[in-house]
Amino acid sequence: MLQTVFAPWDDPTAKPLIRFSNVTKQFGDFTAVRNLTLDIYEHEFFALLGPSGCGKTTMMRMLAGFEDPSSGQIELAGQDIVPVPPNKRAVNMMFQSYALFPHLNVWDNIAFGLRRAAMPKDALRARVEEMLKLTRLERFARRKPHQISGGQRQRVALARSLAKAPRLLLLDEPMGALDKKLRQDTQFELMDIQEKTGTTFVIVTHDQEEAMTVASRVAVMDEGELIQVATPSAIYEAPNCVYVADFIGDVNIIEGAVHPCGPTCYKLHWAEGFAPLVASSEQPFATAQKVFLAIRPEKMHISAEPPAGAENTIQGRVHDIAYLGNISTYHVEVAGGRILKAQAANTRRIENRGFTWDDQVWLSWAANAGVLLEA
Amino acid sequence: MKRVVVALIPYLWLLGLFLVPFAIVLKISLSDVAMARPPYLPQFSWNEGIGAFLSQLDFENFTFLTTDDLYWKAYLSSLKIAATSTLLTLLIGYPIAYAMARTPEQWRATLMMLVILPFWTSFLIRVYSWMGILSQEGYLNQLLLGLGVISEPLILLNTKIAVYIGIVYTYIPFMILPIYAALHRLDNSLIEAAEDLGCSRAKAFWLVTVPLSRNGIVAGCFLVFIPTLGEFVIPSLLGGSGTLMIGKVLWEEFFNNRDWPVASAVAVVLVLILIIPIVLFQQNQQKQQEAES
Repeated sequence: MLQTVFAPWDDPTAKPLIRFSNVTKQFGDFTAVRNLTLDIYEHEFFALLGPSGCGKTTMMRMLAGFEDPSSGQIELAGQDIVPVPPNKRAVNMMFQSYALFPHLNVWDNIAFGLRRAAMPKDALRARVEEMLKLTRLERFARRKPHQISGGQRQRVALARSLAKAPRLLLLDEPMGALDKKLRQDTQFELMDIQEKTGTTFVIVTHDQEEAMTVASRVAVMDEGELIQVATPSAIYEAPNCVYVADFIGDVNIIEGAVHPCGPTCYKLHWAEGFAPLVASSEQPFATAQKVFLAIRPEKMHISAEPPAGAENTIQGRVHDIAYLGNISTYHVEVAGGRILKAQAANTRRIENRGFTWDDQVWLSWAANAGVLLEA
Repeated sequence: MKRVVVALIPYLWLLGLFLVPFAIVLKISLSDVAMARPPYLPQFSWNEGIGAFLSQLDFENFTFLTTDDLYWKAYLSSLKIAATSTLLTLLIGYPIAYAMARTPEQWRATLMMLVILPFWTSFLIRVYSWMGILSQEGYLNQLLLGLGVISEPLILLNTKIAVYIGIVYTYIPFMILPIYAALHRLDNSLIEAAEDLGCSRAKAFWLVTVPLSRNGIVAGCFLVFIPTLGEFVIPSLLGGSGTLMIGKVLWEEFFNNRDWPVASAVAVVLVLILIIPIVLFQQNQQKQQEAES
């Protein structure tokens, strides 16, 4: 049976729910968002990821209606929403600070938006109860925001923003104030709720792990521009530039000049007097072009003996070991004092490890393990 | 032991500076007026003993307050003037506090300074200068006549309007400061959240800003209402004979009639009236502190 994969962005006939067309936003002489074009589809869980000041929050505030673009168009379901004030948009936002009304209890906070929509009393009560149940807050309905925990407040904020069943829910760093363990649980909860309600979510975060966990697609932003928009796995496995490779996860970057050795095969000359590295790439490069080979630490194999039949091998010396329990990251010094990182699962007890500080080791990887990126 | 002493200090303060003087005033209010020095009887003497002294005290002066309608009219008029000027001060002070809280950070200290600045000049001098502004040949009339807004000078001084102007002018910082303190803490994302959930600007103001500045409003209103109720200087300098306020009556009893016992009775009743708003004010402050902790 053919399983249909949720990927409306690959379907040229699919109509986007949100369309940014050449949107620019300037604050004085600072350009927060630069000529940006982006489509977001219905039912997506879309993450805007980037360092602080990259324009991701401005994008979100433009969707909510708190900022108007300096130029360009923003469409929601085919309608230009730029002239629509925030209170008239079918868009709700969950604020980073949660912005719960301190003078209202949990129940009234959730009912706030419904009351503004003049919902009949019974329907309103049913809807609030439904939201309380969805976010497991039934027991706290009569409490004031300052009488509940941070995690509960976060769920109230979520329930309140979902209560009006918006076409689009915006989440501004929704887990920024939670501790790590709670954050991980909440991420899965959020995905469940997104699936149950079928609402389109746009989340703003600077936490790449969070973006990778929850999102169907991730947009990596920097200085007001979109650097790459793709699924988490594509962003991780096939970053389109060094910035993305470096921003998402850990990566080794090896600089060198390429020489073609086949239709998709290149030899990378990376250090004088060392055998060139072999790498495959769909993207064509010119002879002697300067490139970067980006390769993830976990795709590098580390061994005490020279490995047989590996496409790429570098000899080095263990410079440092970061022991993380389940895995260890080895910092290996290779030719020219360069440090490469390799990760290995700690399948054996630590005292049985084959190599330790200052031991000679071999790093090896397949030709298709890394990506070649333009310098 | 040390803790007990520390805890006792405010009570000793209250005892020495409020309860003892109040007891003295209460005692005078229960005495009879006399041509003596001090001008009332009985005087306590150890020879006659406490019982004989107490037996001479009576509530005659309080009964007297009910027989002459001047007094209850003055109380009522004071309450009305205090309530009206509190409302006026709120209506003028709230927008000022709101604007202050919304100005960029670097201007706020200056604005705050401007609100407090009048306190650097004596209260009496400021009230006197209002006489210069409001009198028939005063600056205001000269300005309005000069601009051609009016052809006859307005009669402002010695009217209720002048009293209201004086009270609002004098007490507005007490309204602005607590409201500003409440609004200044207000997180702007709450307003955005209200708008996001379907409120217009005005509705968000009513449903979020006003309730969240409630404690400031209540504190400001009490800080204006309580001193205004017993206000004496402003009505006697700016108000005419038509402005009846209990503070003025009290002063006249003391200094014109030299009837200390009746004047003390007026003061005791004033304190009793003020106890209610003062207790309410304390409760409000306490609630606010609890909400913040």
